[in-house]
Amino acid sequence: MDRISPALERLHPRTTEPVQWRVRIEASAGDFRLDAEIEGDAAPVVVIGPNGSGKTTLLRVVAGAYRPHAGRIRIGDRVLFDSERGIRIAPEERRVGYVPQGYGLFPHLTALDNVAFGMAAGTERRPRPERRRVAAELLAEVGCAHLAQRYPATLSGGEKQRVALARALLPRPEMLLLDEPLAAMDVAARRGLRAYLARHLAQRTRPAIVVTHDPRDVCALGSPVVCVLEEGRVVQSGPREHLAAQPATDFVAEFFAVDQCPVRVGEPPTRRGPCTSS
Amino acid sequence: MTRGRSLTERAPFLAAVPMLLILAVPLVALAGASSPGDLAAGARNPLFGPALWLSTRTTLVSLAVVVLAGTPLAWWMASRPGRRSRIVESLVDLPIVVPPAVMGIALLEAFGRNGLFGPALSSLGLHIPFTTAAVVAAQIVVSAPFYIQASATAFRRVDEDLLIVARTLGHSRSSAFFRVAVPLALPGMVAGAALCWARALGEFGATLLFAGNLPGTTQTMPLAIYTALESDARVAVALSLVLVGASAFLLFPLRTVPALIVRRFGTGNPGGGRPVRGIAGP
Repeated sequence: MDRISPALERLHPRTTEPVQWRVRIEASAGDFRLDAEIEGDAAPVVVIGPNGSGKTTLLRVVAGAYRPHAGRIRIGDRVLFDSERGIRIAPEERRVGYVPQGYGLFPHLTALDNVAFGMAAGTERRPRPERRRVAAELLAEVGCAHLAQRYPATLSGGEKQRVALARALLPRPEMLLLDEPLAAMDVAARRGLRAYLARHLAQRTRPAIVVTHDPRDVCALGSPVVCVLEEGRVVQSGPREHLAAQPATDFVAEFFAVDQCPVRVGEPPTRRGPCTSS
Repeated sequence: MTRGRSLTERAPFLAAVPMLLILAVPLVALAGASSPGDLAAGARNPLFGPALWLSTRTTLVSLAVVVLAGTPLAWWMASRPGRRSRIVESLVDLPIVVPPAVMGIALLEAFGRNGLFGPALSSLGLHIPFTTAAVVAAQIVVSAPFYIQASATAFRRVDEDLLIVARTLGHSRSSAFFRVAVPLALPGMVAGAALCWARALGEFGATLLFAGNLPGTTQTMPLAIYTALESDARVAVALSLVLVGASAFLLFPLRTVPALIVRRFGTGNPGGGRPVRGIAGP
């Protein structure tokens, strides 16, 4: 998929003005406190951090599933949340695409109906034949036309990822939230999908937050900004090279100690392939 | 290969046999106690028809009330993992452990003539005890926990991420509930409803105390069995066999519907709420 989807283009003509976004939130769940500030533009921002550092919580707060007790979330000129002004846009009106860990495909719907789900209700609602037609086009564009009538349980990790991505893109979100997009698949599948995802994100003019625990994802996505979350706080952010050169914490140092990008001389012939950077 | 098995290898099965016999023997005896002629005579007894019709009507109404009012409660319990919902959960469980006769007395204390709401209901011209409405009320109170617990368990197994995804795809809270949570929880809800219906059908103690034993008005099948036993045991056996048949019929969806749905959607979805069995399921 080397061009922006014609199916989506017809639905929502693309705007090209640069998008700046900024997320500043304080949220707590039980003993856990998330206090983070992240910003970016149309290029994807990668969020890394140890388990339990609040990465998924961050995505869910941006998606609108959890309510922070203070802060502000802005994408372009749309304010999604502002505790001071009492603004809280409902998740269904945020125009944010969320792909959770494990892809979150609806197990009771076929791949086609999963993709069409974004047009089954709300402002994007279309009659069933139309939404199925658009979903079929979109599935074809991610190379999954043959999977339309399959249920998610029968799909491989890579197929699920593509279907989930197509589903998230259907309502033309202004921001994509991807939680460990490559975690649920085997090493061989990862290589191809990493490249696919990188190409896809690179051609989008809409921002994305990508959560990962894998250094190879970071370089593959060619992201200019890496944001490190530890215990609910941003401990460091900046270009990958900068973080690798001057790690602020042990976690960052360890994370980039196994950096696979670019391929190093003397790399052991492991299963890991060279990074397919866009 | 069973021939060569030693006693120790067979021990698990042998140890299981006594319980199996305890459960099976009474039902086998019941089936053997009656000839077709007896059954026909029992079915012609004047107790039989009205009791069957009353039981059918009241259990359908109580099931409808439980599903309509119990589903929101189950959803609330499942989506609020806090101390408050745990307290509510214990309250919901209470009618399972409290003896039905006690529930009957409790209903009288609440809605009886001298009960908590008795005077208020009387002033409105409503009189609940010893009416068909009382039968329904008794059935609701004793059977609802089975449906609510099974549904709450089923809702709890629906992956939270699926609901978040549905919301980000433009669906309102209620649309996400009806299009994602309910379909995924349906096997558990159906199993719970079947169990709830079976419990309502067999309800005796609370009904006797709160609704009485008036033929045509409050005499359900179990009460008719009780009455028939005093005059003609054949009628009691015929009524019992009908109830066994109805129960077996209810057990059928309880066992097969979840399995059918599992087969259709496959299993092992990492991100998916897996089909669920109710509290009665294995």
